[in-house]
Amino acid sequence: MTLLITCLAAVITTVIWYTNEKARSLKIGTLCLMFWGASLMWLVDAVAEYLELRAEFITPAAADMLNDSYLGLSVVALGLIIWLAIVLIQDPNGTVHKTLLKKHNG
Amino acid sequence: MACFIVPTTEAIVTTIAAKCVKKHEAAAPSADAAVIPFSEKLGWLNKLLWGGSALLAFEHVWHGEVTPFFPFLTAAADAADRAEMLHEMATSGVAMALLVTAVWGCMCAVVSRIQKRKKTALPMNGEVQHT
Repeated sequence: MTLLITCLAAVITTVIWYTNEKARSLKIGTLCLMFWGASLMWLVDAVAEYLELRAEFITPAAADMLNDSYLGLSVVALGLIIWLAIVLIQDPNGTVHKTLLKKHNG
Repeated sequence: MACFIVPTTEAIVTTIAAKCVKKHEAAAPSADAAVIPFSEKLGWLNKLLWGGSALLAFEHVWHGEVTPFFPFLTAAADAADRAEMLHEMATSGVAMALLVTAVWGCMCAVVSRIQKRKKTALPMNGEVQHT
């Protein structure tokens, strides 16, 4: 589930990066690469687990699936928070800088 | 257990390499401005590795495999667990680092091919050819 949710997040951010110029200026490419990197790493984890568990891997218990789903959503949330921090620190559109200057001057 | 340590180590190395390459490129800029500099391509690999490692490390914290106190990894406290952890790092960890690097290599190859094709499609000296 974690792999699926992260992969879905990677696909959605890639589509947004491809179609939206404003999103590209907000460094959505970084978020996109982060999710793809995590998806690739979990893919290796999933393959290793499949080789170990075989059929059990495809039929997980409901409690495990729920826990994995929570983890997947938490991972997506963490990725978004990291991206937001990068955007606010690097301030590509100068919004934070302008707002701070306005407050300071006004 | 601690498979994320291998891609994290690679990320540290590539970040340092990217900084060195950027310095070198600044000292001797490329004649062709349209070509994406290698330091920028290394930046993509850095983002893939750092992002993936950070999210994977979070998963390990979630499962209680990483602790905020020494030795930081629960598997490192026991000799038998340590051997298993090192085995996982050597198999899954190395495979993760290799897969991410291979995907990045493919990305770079595709980008270079597209840029080469665009270059050959453009008329000489950027002049418009009248028929």
